Amino acid sequence: MIADYFNYWVVIVLMMMGFYIVISDSNLIKKIIGLNIFQTSVFILFISMSKVKGGTAPILIAETDLYSNPLPHVLILTAIVVSVSTTALGLAIIARIHRAYDTVDETAIHEQDDLQDDN
Amino acid sequence: MDIETIVNFSLLTMLALTVVVLIRMKSLLAIVLSSGVYSFLSAGLFVAMDAVDVAFTEAAVGAGITTVLLLAAISITGRRQTVSKHKRFLPLAVITITGAALIYGTLDMPPYGDPMAPIHTHVAPHYLTQSSEEIGIPNVVTSVLASYRGYDTLGEVAVIFTAAVGVLLLLGRTAKKGEHK
Repeated sequence: MIADYFNYWVVIVLMMMGFYIVISDSNLIKKIIGLNIFQTSVFILFISMSKVKGGTAPILIAETDLYSNPLPHVLILTAIVVSVSTTALGLAIIARIHRAYDTVDETAIHEQDDLQDDN
Repeated sequence: MDIETIVNFSLLTMLALTVVVLIRMKSLLAIVLSSGVYSFLSAGLFVAMDAVDVAFTEAAVGAGITTVLLLAAISITGRRQTVSKHKRFLPLAVITITGAALIYGTLDMPPYGDPMAPIHTHVAPHYLTQSSEEIGIPNVVTSVLASYRGYDTLGEVAVIFTAAVGVLLLLGRTAKKGEHK
């Protein structure tokens, strides 16, 4: 029972810890790292589903007929590259925010916005 | 317990520990470097789960390029993290409820490594048995990526292009504003 679902449960724990960083931390860069942790845990979920017990990497050889499923691998290869693109875009937005507000702390940004509204 | 299961268990435990340590850290430099450690550990896990192509992409792109981008970002914005007061209770409640719902959802999933799971019985056998005839290269992941699902890869290139345009627009504008000041 535990061995059957251990991968999925650890993935959910990792996912929730990444989610916790995103919603509880006020530093924007740490939020991006939390998002990365969340994304990587989803990758692990997909690759866990593709594993076949006793199978080998899906590179065709004469010695065996039992391979792990190649389809999730392709999906996750694409997802890894997309995740780097979104990280780069997020960090560029943070650099821009830092230029305008001189801080990357969410609470400090809201304080500055409130001050501007009052004036 | 066979050796494969032990490797799997220990890598997953190390991943979870890395994130626990990362949450408690205050220095942004240390946080960025532990996120690199996290990526490398997950690359190791991908090798253990037979996803070798995913593993080297994760090691090169996830652990390499992402860490470099994050280091560049903290060199612009400063590596000290201002500690601000925020409520802990609400986020903890949200992740506990969401996590419990997700764990309840996994109970319906086929067990880990089951060769008869629905995912393994639809198109995957076709790729595994026919691709050497139809495409002619031994690596099935490459056949699917570049041939059967070539349009998806084209879409991926479009995403990278859009992200690059976005980054250039955001940062290029910043430089111009700096000149006018």
